[in-house]
Amino acid sequence: MSVQAWTYFFVAVSFGLYLFIAWRTRVRDTRGFYVAGRGVPAAANGMATAADWMSAASFISMAGLISTMGYAGGVYLMGWTGGYVLLALLLAPYLRKFGHYTVPDFVGDRFASDLARVVAVSCAIFISFTYVAGQMRGVGVVFSRFLEVDIHIGVIIGMAIVFIYATLGGMKGITWTQVAQYWVLITAFLIPAIAISIKLTGSPLPQAGLGTTLEPSIAGQSGVYLLEKLNQIQADLGFSSYTATFVGGWDKVNVFCVALALMVGTAGLPHVLVRFYTVKSVRAARWSAFWALLFISLLYLTAPATAAFARYYMIDSLNGKTAQELPSWFENWEMTGLILWMDDGDGVMRYSAGDDNEIFRGGSLSQAELSDVRVGHQAWLDSDGADGADGRTALRARGLSGPDRDIIVLATPEMAELASWIIALVAAGGLAAALSTASGLLLVISSSVSHDLYYRVLRPNATESQRLSVGRSVIGVAVVVAGVFGIYPPGFVSQVVAFAFGLAAASFFPAIVLGIFSKRVGTIPAVCGILAGIGFTGFYIIACVFFDMETWTFGLFANGINPQGIGSIGMLINFTVTLALTPLFPRPGKDIEHMVDSVREPEDAGPAVMIETAPEH
Amino acid sequence: MSASSDAAGRRAASSDAAGGRAAAALRRYWRANIRIMAVLLGLWALAGLGAGILFADSLNAYRISGTGFPLGFWFAHQGSIMVFVLLILAYCLYMNRLDNRHRRELETTMQEG
Repeated sequence: MSVQAWTYFFVAVSFGLYLFIAWRTRVRDTRGFYVAGRGVPAAANGMATAADWMSAASFISMAGLISTMGYAGGVYLMGWTGGYVLLALLLAPYLRKFGHYTVPDFVGDRFASDLARVVAVSCAIFISFTYVAGQMRGVGVVFSRFLEVDIHIGVIIGMAIVFIYATLGGMKGITWTQVAQYWVLITAFLIPAIAISIKLTGSPLPQAGLGTTLEPSIAGQSGVYLLEKLNQIQADLGFSSYTATFVGGWDKVNVFCVALALMVGTAGLPHVLVRFYTVKSVRAARWSAFWALLFISLLYLTAPATAAFARYYMIDSLNGKTAQELPSWFENWEMTGLILWMDDGDGVMRYSAGDDNEIFRGGSLSQAELSDVRVGHQAWLDSDGADGADGRTALRARGLSGPDRDIIVLATPEMAELASWIIALVAAGGLAAALSTASGLLLVISSSVSHDLYYRVLRPNATESQRLSVGRSVIGVAVVVAGVFGIYPPGFVSQVVAFAFGLAAASFFPAIVLGIFSKRVGTIPAVCGILAGIGFTGFYIIACVFFDMETWTFGLFANGINPQGIGSIGMLINFTVTLALTPLFPRPGKDIEHMVDSVREPEDAGPAVMIETAPEH
Repeated sequence: MSASSDAAGRRAASSDAAGGRAAAALRRYWRANIRIMAVLLGLWALAGLGAGILFADSLNAYRISGTGFPLGFWFAHQGSIMVFVLLILAYCLYMNRLDNRHRRELETTMQEG
């Protein structure tokens, strides 16, 4: 069977599985719809959390980012895992003990105000939409690359599937679908990594293979460490060393800020937080944070290996090769525009950091623009520069030097010359990663609107079935909005996702931590803190990304802060504003104090409850 | 009559005392929780933000013996993630024990009260 036939097969089978699970787990009450009836075992919740949270960006783009960034790619590895320590220690057990349906529930009840609730709802919806747009785009990208379907149709197919299983099963359907999706995506990620690791280093563990020596048949001699060889190749081509720290714009301050913003953002993402409401007990909430990170680390410890292997393979199999010598994967992917060759006339491909680089990517250029560049370049070559236009200058001017980062994961199986069914499996894995995250986010949007706004603020006496139908219709609307964002994306997939983290870091994390660990913080300081944090972060990101504002150095740092890292500053502003205003405003009431106490004490051990209700006393 | 009202009075007094002891047990529980949290978060910062970032350039001078990993690079790409997993595991195990101890303390309080 061809790659495409296998891809159709895997996509059809995995989609069928998701729909089957959705049908088996369909729900009839809001408890099932919002928190899966609180019956999810810790390990299953860990898997669901892992799938929920490993997005299209983690699966498709991250290894590619690391591959081009080298050491600095660690910000994504550390940032997207370190947050789970914060989650497990500072948030998850307490939110589970509190035991409502959503994150705005906690913020609204702890700070006893509908204003706080509405602010939290707006943050949750805003963060979720920013993030879900990237996922829908990811679905479209996978469809268009593997099945040669138009990217818009890909997005629409993805929307339809998510819509069906999210509305039928709510959180329960989503959870069990995500458990299945976890296995699809991790298998699809690990098999190519293992195969390429055996091929390059002889080690069946890619995580260890990264640190070992290359096979003598590949390196030409024995005892050459992969990373050393990679550093040397990078240096030869004018790139900065793969393992060297703090090169270019990634200085210490920026690496620190971005990593911290991603860590704190992970801990503040509403679709991750809400997962801890679905387990049976506080103890299970802690354990599911452990399982979640363990399952996530399977992919995250492999990604740096895939990144380095693919980097080595790509340079080794392309640089200095003539058209006849090029591997077949190059031709397959050249058609997609993810990788382009603009020869200088000598017929030998050159990949370098300098002006003589001949490898480019299509980026956001349309098919028509791209073929203009190609035709112009061919004319330029044929006429020895008298006619046409040098495609290299044109593409370099647009910042399109080097291959698209997504190609690293998508083309790795072909680089390693794996069987066509494995290549197809990667497509199913990418779809699983994108769909699982999208569905978790859509549920947050749905519960924010139908539970927090409709039920808690607007219509407190709505019936169970009214709430359920509002929840389902909101998912419908949200899917459509997300799809529109996916078709007209507001930026690169991973860039957009990184902004969601900044906003989560600056809004939810400080509010929830202070809500649990301080009894003194009241409504107004907390709301002001959230508004200041999200206002500052949102302003900075929008100004830098859309209005070309210079990044700020705050008079302290050599380089301005990358917009991806501004969430760290936003979080500090939130904490500072809240704590500075706290002494000026009255203490929260007795009932809030009791609530905080009850959130802190372990379950099945509340002394007040035991004395009053125990029959013998 | 008087015996039973005596008993009621004694019960009220003892449950007050028991309530006080229970509250003290809860305070101890919370302090122990904060302590373990502070230790683990310290390690979290040391591994992730410290070894992976702040000291990564100096750690890169050393190589993990027998591998090609410069130490700082390894912490940023793999080591910190392993530490994170172990930190959560340690927290879960410790809190399980703390929960059990707290429950036992409360049960003793109840029996004495």
